[in-house]
Amino acid sequence: MLELKNISFQVDAEGKDKEIIRDVSLTIPDRKLVVVTGPNGGGKSTLAKLIAGIEKPTGGQIFFNGQDITGLGITERAGLGIAYAFQQPVRFKGIRVLDLIRIAAGKTLSVSDACQYLSSVGLCARDYVDREVNASLSGGELKRIEIATVLARKAALFVFDEPEAGIDLWSFRNLIEVFRKLRGDIQDSSILIISHQERILSIADEIIVLRDGRVVNHGARADVYPQLIKAETDVMCEGWAGSAEKGGDA
Amino acid sequence: MLKLDEIQKRLLREVADLHEVPEGAYNIRSNSASAGRQSTANIEIVSKEDVSGLEIRIKPGTKNESVHIPVVMTQSGLKEVVYNDFFIGEGADVVIVAGCGIDNCGNQDSQHDGIHRFFVGKNAKVKYVEKHYGSGDGSGKRILNPGTEVYMEEGSYAEMEMVQIKGVDDTERTTTAELAAGAKLVVRERLMTHGDQRAISTYVVKLNGADSSADVVSRSVARDRSFQKFDAKIVGNAACHGHTECDSIIMDEGRILAVPGLEANDVDAALVHEAAIGKIAGEQLIKLMTLGMTAAEAEEQIINGFLQ
Repeated sequence: MLELKNISFQVDAEGKDKEIIRDVSLTIPDRKLVVVTGPNGGGKSTLAKLIAGIEKPTGGQIFFNGQDITGLGITERAGLGIAYAFQQPVRFKGIRVLDLIRIAAGKTLSVSDACQYLSSVGLCARDYVDREVNASLSGGELKRIEIATVLARKAALFVFDEPEAGIDLWSFRNLIEVFRKLRGDIQDSSILIISHQERILSIADEIIVLRDGRVVNHGARADVYPQLIKAETDVMCEGWAGSAEKGGDA
Repeated sequence: MLKLDEIQKRLLREVADLHEVPEGAYNIRSNSASAGRQSTANIEIVSKEDVSGLEIRIKPGTKNESVHIPVVMTQSGLKEVVYNDFFIGEGADVVIVAGCGIDNCGNQDSQHDGIHRFFVGKNAKVKYVEKHYGSGDGSGKRILNPGTEVYMEEGSYAEMEMVQIKGVDDTERTTTAELAAGAKLVVRERLMTHGDQRAISTYVVKLNGADSSADVVSRSVARDRSFQKFDAKIVGNAACHGHTECDSIIMDEGRILAVPGLEANDVDAALVHEAAIGKIAGEQLIKLMTLGMTAAEAEEQIINGFLQ
């Protein structure tokens, strides 16, 4: 279980303090798939980085399974079982897909075991396992490899930052299945996905809406999801109304 | 091999992956003397008469054979220049493994300058692997100055893998090549310097024949206060393809100078140069740390991969 207590995060923007995350408190319970959504620039990715330890909060505390991890670095948090999939995966010269999956698994994995992770994200394992994780891979391929490496972690908390970004429609369907299966397999762990995608929202147990660095809605999918759809429809209708008025003036 | 002590055996493992007497033709040079030699039906190794060194003659059409000519030095203060000539017969396909390991526990400099000339016959194929390694905690320097000359006849192919990862204090490496029509040269250089080491690597590749091509790629890491200079020049004298690339990671107070050089003397010469120097990307470290590695482990993993 992950608990954020009054988390704030400020950065220095041209001499002024800019608040990215404002006093966020929330809990990600075990055996739940929680999706964080909200408008661009609302602080979602920053929240994921604060959880993984890549950024340090300027205020508040983070607890993981009861332990205060606020002061812990990336490696220590990974050691406690926090896994994090990058929104924009990193390229490496000379490091093969197999190497990365083995590092993620934390042990010597057989090639066939490593291949299973690649197959689960829809990559023909034989074609990829010996490839370098370098610029010869497309954005979509890299993204799927990134997800495979995180699946190879035996994690207590999986954090995926916009896993759908750069993935084509056909693979996207498979991706939903990957998360559905992961959701079915987890015992004492939980999944946090940052996403804009309706299909991902539709498999969530809980939805958190983050806007301007604040949690503006958090609850069961059945409660939050209809409100999101309504809010979106309202925005669209306002837009239509606005353009109709302008048309009337002219 | 029987005359070798444990340090010499360790050096052999480092530079030639040799755990025992190699199969095929070989000559093992230890402290300026031959410690063992074997020719085969197709590969003849003989000593030069005028200067120190070997002539290695590979008969035309020899396939799937190898030649090992490692050098080990364990006496402090030894300085030697060795001239080895390789004659690779028409249509042959062979692997040549060279390499030099120096263990210097004394206070005098040890130096091995190996001058290798390759005469690659028509349509012949050769893979050349050269590893350099230094060890020992004496104050004497370990110095290696290899000179490599490659003369390639029509349709021949040469692949050269040159690695120097550890322990060589000072190196000046010069490689020149001349290619006839349809010949292809591939060079993969891997270099890491640390401490106060200095490494200078110079290439001049002349593409003289139509459809000849060269691909010279260097990957290097400069740590501590070490210095590297990579000076690669490709000259296109015909319709040809030339590519040279220097890709370097710089760390600590290391310094790297990359000097790209392209000279096109024919309108159909297509030459490309790429050079990049930079420190390890922060996001690469972060990615490996999120997989459970410490920052130091992540750094080693990135460098090991880069130099593979």
